[in-house]
Amino acid sequence: MNRDSSMEDWPDAVFGVLGEAGVRQVYYVPDNGHRRLIERCHADNAMLATRLTGEEEGVAALTGAWLGGDRGVLLMQSSGVGKCINMMGIVQECRVPLLMLVTMRGQWGEFNPWQVPMGRATAPVLEAAGVMVHAVDDAARVAETVRAAARLAFDAYRPVAVLIGQRVVGFKDWTR
Amino acid sequence: MSAARLDRRDVVARILAERGDTLVVTGLGSTTWDAAAAGDHRNNFYLWGGMGGAAMVGLGLANAQPGRRVLVITGDGEMLMGLGALATIGTAAPANLAVAVVDNERYGETGMQETHTAHGVDLAAVAAGAGFAAAATLRTMDEVEAWIPRLLGGPGPLFAAVKVGIEPAPMALPLRDGAAIRARFRDAVLGGRAEE
Repeated sequence: MNRDSSMEDWPDAVFGVLGEAGVRQVYYVPDNGHRRLIERCHADNAMLATRLTGEEEGVAALTGAWLGGDRGVLLMQSSGVGKCINMMGIVQECRVPLLMLVTMRGQWGEFNPWQVPMGRATAPVLEAAGVMVHAVDDAARVAETVRAAARLAFDAYRPVAVLIGQRVVGFKDWTR
Repeated sequence: MSAARLDRRDVVARILAERGDTLVVTGLGSTTWDAAAAGDHRNNFYLWGGMGGAAMVGLGLANAQPGRRVLVITGDGEMLMGLGALATIGTAAPANLAVAVVDNERYGETGMQETHTAHGVDLAAVAAGAGFAAAATLRTMDEVEAWIPRLLGGPGPLFAAVKVGIEPAPMALPLRDGAAIRARFRDAVLGGRAEE
């Protein structure tokens, strides 16, 4: 899709996909990669965007949201994934749809060595906890990947994480 | 010598006797047994896992059902494990959410080891500092009685820590199959929309 194809526009395209998927509750821990998407969600009266102190809160909150008939999404950075793992027991045992959009650190062009361990562990840890993982490294394919993940989550009642690669998000220029 | 501490089963049964159509979320583990002992209900969502998540399940549910009352009943150890939820709920400020902590100052399921509330941590003060509309520590049944209308209908978010004793309570286990609990709860709340 043309609208998905720009490097800069992918957050807007993802925002559109979330709206089409009927997402109402948005939980997030602030993150530079998700900055524009978070702003769009806050600005949309049809969405309720809530800031968390820790990512695991979002897994529990989305369980409650779905119990009450709302669809939701959890936005975070890969460093937060490790905190969520025990809460995956709820969504697995109760077959709760869970859509997570994770911006990656610790991979393409990373300058901070402390980000590398969790970045490398992100996909295997999620899979070990029963979460289906869609990794995307091409800005033009982020929106379609989120669309597919949302179907899998909400129509097939599964926990799904989209890992948005550091190649898409960009890396910090440590020299400036 | 201070007065005898409240019995946890009496407290939970007394609160739930007035529940009406309130949606109730309980935490791992003793408060799930307390709610079961008070009488199984289709509007109960029993957590048997995800320790630290009860209050946040309540927030997501309160956000989804703004016209319904949501009451989280959980333990001090469970609340302490997800203390950040108080900051998140205080900030989100849902008017229809109340959190009641049944505080025996112990980890009841793991051998009755003392929690932080046995050593001075004041959960009501944390909730007040996080921006809850009101927060209190309750020690007598008169105080509990006075708070029941607030918990079940006052403008939230509200928080009450109810200090209770450590006497063992008879085992009372509700439904254990998570998929069955969620299906029943969604059917109770959503009716025909439950199968979306």
